[in-house]
Parts: sequence; structure tokens; C-alpha cells
Amino acid sequence: MLNQFLLLGAVLFCIGVYGVIARKNTVLVLMSIELILNAVNINLIAFGAMNGDIAGAVFALFVIAVAAAEVGVGLAMVLIIYRNRSSVDLDDVDSMRG
Amino acid sequence: MVAQNIFFYVIAAVMVAAAVVVVTNRNVVRAALALIVVFAGVAAQYILLAAEFVATTQVLVYIGAIMVLMLFGIMLTRARIGQDPEMTNERWWVGLITALLLAGVMGYALIDHFGSDPLPEDRRLVAVGGSNTATVSDAIFSQYLIPFEVISVLLLSALVGAIVIARKDR
Repeated sequence: MLNQFLLLGAVLFCIGVYGVIARKNTVLVLMSIELILNAVNINLIAFGAMNGDIAGAVFALFVIAVAAAEVGVGLAMVLIIYRNRSSVDLDDVDSMRG
Repeated sequence: MVAQNIFFYVIAAVMVAAAVVVVTNRNVVRAALALIVVFAGVAAQYILLAAEFVATTQVLVYIGAIMVLMLFGIMLTRARIGQDPEMTNERWWVGLITALLLAGVMGYALIDHFGSDPLPEDRRLVAVGGSNTATVSDAIFSQYLIPFEVISVLLLSALVGAIVIARKDR
């Protein structure tokens, strides 16, 4: 059944959204974003298998590449925030608060 | 098909449990290790869907590279290795409500629209020798060549940018 894979992806996506909203530590928020990207990849592969189209796998590979780039830049930004403020708490990063 | 379903549900249960640990555990390192379990489960689901090349890439890139980066990030930011009550917002229930609403909407939409769509028994695309890996390589280097090159340049520039951002002597 296609649905079981899609529902698994939806559940993982929602857990990731909860993590992004509820977590305070920047590294943990990045991990939750990885959860979301993986959920999307499961959906892409499942749809590709349903349609007998390889595009799903190809786009999943592209998503993995973009996720690797995102983690690299994200962790570099976390490092520089830690160096400037000695904290990776998201509540401390509020210089642009209105 | 029955065996595949049993494996699917076992792996899915492990994945969801590990994902909940990732977003709730107070120990950062433990959350990172649970994330490895989720990534391995995702790779197993790819194998069930006959996407063996993507599964291998998942293991190499996510478990091999991204998790090592994450652990380096944890250590370099000296997040306390151990229990820390300050890992979750006081208003975590806002996130819980959002996630539950989202799960309800997405679950309804998926069951309503794809409720009975079957997956093909044999999920291999038999364009080239019956293996999905050959089909993926053919697609990447013909139809999707330009996106592939663009993503190569994106990866290179992102990693150079990461080095420039994180460098000390500026």
C-alpha cells in the first residue's frame, strides 16, 4: 500500500515540526529540520515507486545533497553565534527583535 | 508482500519512537544518537521501496557525514553533555498543538486521497538490467544533467561559505 509510507512520512514530518518549535538549542533545531527533510524524501521515493518513475529517487538524491549543504552552513552559523555570545540558546539570539 | 508489511511496521515503529526521543530527550548526545536510528530506518524503508542507491547514499551522507558534523557541533558549542532541563521551551505545548493539527490535516488528506492506491509488487524499474541504480544514473546524466551540475556548484559554494563563516582569523 502506498498510504503506509505516506503516513509514516507525515508522522515524521509532524514530529520534526514539533521539534523545530519546541526546542531551544540550535543544534537540536537543526536535527529536527533533518527529520523533516527525511520525511519528505520517503514521500518522494514512495510516489516514484507508485508511478514507476525514477524522478522520485533522483529528487531524493538532490534533497540529500541540499541537506548536506544546509547542515554545513547551519553549523558554521551556530559556531559563530556560540563564539560571539557563548550560548546556542535560541532565546538569546534576539538582536533583531522588534 | 506480507513479510514486507511486517518489516515495514516494525521499522516504522522503531523510527517513530526514535524520532520522539530526538525531539524530547534532554540529553543532546542521546538525541543525536536517536537521530542515527531514524536515519537507518529511513534507509531501510528505501530498500523496501527498491531504491537501493538512495539507501546507500542515505547511509553514507546522513549517518556517515551529517551526523559526524552534528556531533562536532554539539561538542564545539559545549552543550552540556548530560541532563539539561533548558533544552525545551516553556511553551512547548504550542508546538505540540501545531504538530497534532498538522498531523490531523495531513492524515485526513492522505487517507482521503490515497486511501487505496496500491504500490506495484515489483518496484524495480526494468529500463536497464532490472536495477534501479542503473536507471538512476541514466536519469541523472541525461535528463537531469543540468540540475545535477547546479547542485554540485551549490554544494561547493555552500561548503566554501561554511569555511569562510566559521573561520577564526577575520
